[in-house]
Amino acid sequence: MSTITSEELSATTLLRFATAGSVDDGKSTLVGRLLHDSKSILSDQLEAVERVSASRGQEAPDLALLTDGLRAEREQGITIDVAYRYFATPRRRFILADTPGHVQYTRNMVTGASTAELTVILVDARNGVVEQTRRHAAIAALLRVPHVVLAVNKMDLVEYRETVFAEIAEEFTAYASELGVPEVTAIPISALAGDNVVDPSANMDWYGGPTFLEHLETVPVSHDLAHCHARLPVQYVIRPQTAEHPDYRGYAGQIAAGTFHVGEAVTVLPSGRTSTISGIDLLGEPVDAAWTTQSVTVLLRDDIDISRGDLIVPTKDAPPTTQDVEATVCHVADQPLTVGHRVLIKHGTRTVKAIVKDIPSRLTLDDLSLHPHPGQLIANDIGRVKIRTSEPLPVDSYADSRRTGSFILIDPADGTTLTAGMVGESFASPEPVKDESDDDGWDF
Amino acid sequence: MTTTVAKAEEGTASPYALSHLDSLESEAVHIFREVAGEFENPVILFSGGKDSIVMLHLALKAFAPAPVPFSLLHVDTGHNFPEVLEYRDRVVAAHGLRLHVASVQDYIDRGALRERPDGTRNPLQTLPLTEKIQSEKFDAVFGGGRRDEEKARAKERVFSLRDEFSQWDPRRQRPELWNLYNGRHAPGEHVRVFPLSNWTELDVWQYIAREGIELPQIYFAHDREVFRRGGMWLTAGEWGGPKDGETVEKRLVRYRTVGDMSCTGAVDSDALTLDDVIAEIAASRLTERGATRADDKMSEAAMEDRKREGYF
Repeated sequence: MSTITSEELSATTLLRFATAGSVDDGKSTLVGRLLHDSKSILSDQLEAVERVSASRGQEAPDLALLTDGLRAEREQGITIDVAYRYFATPRRRFILADTPGHVQYTRNMVTGASTAELTVILVDARNGVVEQTRRHAAIAALLRVPHVVLAVNKMDLVEYRETVFAEIAEEFTAYASELGVPEVTAIPISALAGDNVVDPSANMDWYGGPTFLEHLETVPVSHDLAHCHARLPVQYVIRPQTAEHPDYRGYAGQIAAGTFHVGEAVTVLPSGRTSTISGIDLLGEPVDAAWTTQSVTVLLRDDIDISRGDLIVPTKDAPPTTQDVEATVCHVADQPLTVGHRVLIKHGTRTVKAIVKDIPSRLTLDDLSLHPHPGQLIANDIGRVKIRTSEPLPVDSYADSRRTGSFILIDPADGTTLTAGMVGESFASPEPVKDESDDDGWDF
Repeated sequence: MTTTVAKAEEGTASPYALSHLDSLESEAVHIFREVAGEFENPVILFSGGKDSIVMLHLALKAFAPAPVPFSLLHVDTGHNFPEVLEYRDRVVAAHGLRLHVASVQDYIDRGALRERPDGTRNPLQTLPLTEKIQSEKFDAVFGGGRRDEEKARAKERVFSLRDEFSQWDPRRQRPELWNLYNGRHAPGEHVRVFPLSNWTELDVWQYIAREGIELPQIYFAHDREVFRRGGMWLTAGEWGGPKDGETVEKRLVRYRTVGDMSCTGAVDSDALTLDDVIAEIAASRLTERGATRADDKMSEAAMEDRKREGYF
């Protein structure tokens, strides 16, 4: 690392990824190996782990201690919450959402996957694709994580046989593509022995693909803006009212999707008022265009009424507004979500009152079957929900925009985050969607 | 123009990909603006250390050309470095900000806090901090904490709800989904907000270099009278060192963190410039806290325990 200049370091990109953990799949070992082999564990951290391991009579340092940060976790030897880890290579910076495999795994995996561009699903080469693997794949598909890595671990315990790997990879890929997962990269590894994690394995010369780390370093960070609907949720109105800037009125926000240009005709939702972008400030510097996920301040030609919670969109590409939202949700709170429940919905920068009108189904992740009208959702349940909002919301389909197609439900009484919601269809279509322009007007 | 577009990387780069520093900056600004939009009376914890200096810089950019809509709060242990206090006051004046000070010395003087036998005042900060939050009715308190600092911090949310006693309960944290932060709280409760959650020490230094942010000089190598205690170089001074058996010597050192003099150690260093510092950190085999903080070595859960009590 010492040969890299500061400039080169700051030009690297950031990849956010999540691990999907089961109990004995070797996730801690993989995370430990990744941190260790990328030289991200510093000596005082390692010494602390060695000291504690030794005091417990363990022979080798327990790398899980690196990631179990809370007293209760260490006492019980379990992981109770998502932790975020940071490491870097010369090519890229990484934020790892390290999600526990024990209790409450669904909500934890949803939490980790919500900001991830890549999910790692580990399987034990001896066991192959099991129920838990299918569950992880389903959550990755629901959350529409762009890249999925299948890490077939413990290859050392199956004599590094190609056929074992090939069969697991084939079975998993078939299942994942049925769910609409756009891309699966399968990598045979041994986290314990270090095969194909950071360095290529001499034991698997039949494997011609990238090592695990190499794949993390080169996977594209998705910014295909050509087909994105541009969306800017207004966070805050900047009005200095100073002698220097008496008339400045800027609409500040982080671009949720797409690109905005100076001169573009825009519509403000939900009011539907229109104007033209007269300027874009990128944190104090004027620019001609800005794109996701830049935090910007947009200036408009007309003095129209806009406040926090509004959504600025291109006039030619505005989403419909609706008071009836149908979504797939993951319930993350301990108290259940029931039909008739009065809640708050936070969508973008807007929080409004809402009521749960119906819970048409609950999804059984094991076999993806639907349980009709469960009446309520309890912690870690995934289900379909119909919500009536007190004011119209401009919602996109989650398939089109992870930012403006997602929301959370909040308990108005105590502020608890109840539910994570994704608007529209649950799983992507496995078949490539044909041009639907001819089908307009059809209602299935 | 500060946006840098990632260099092309064999068919994977997009002209729209943000550099990692731009991503982190944009995310932090989003967090500042969420708080400005949703809370009545936020405050930025400002110690004059590099993390709080970066926070203030981000806040200035987030609301430009308007002023920062938050006041600052410094918990003054009474053992602060004079250079840092001077820097603090200069920055506050330059940006026309309002500064609140919660003074540990005041609490000791009126008998509300007692000096510890080991002389460190770091744990004593919690009471003045939490009482100031209550008396000023701050409902959002920005801290410069980073998840890479310590393993209990790795579990901390960006929006971290504290009860009326400012306590953190790691088992009762709200899941944080997408970038939809939930700042709901009851009267008397407040939310600690950590805009630098996803930054590492190296990110902070690279950002300081990129943005040309001025820092207190103690972050760069200088000659200083120090003595050895608990494996660290502490600054000699009226606060309580050296004691018998400890000898003062002059060394070329710098600070990696800035806190109370009684528990913040200096590191041997000849790094005179930002580039030197970045090279030194990139090569260091010690974490920031491992190298310089005595208080985190008290027990395996020292940070977690202090956070539970209301520490930042």
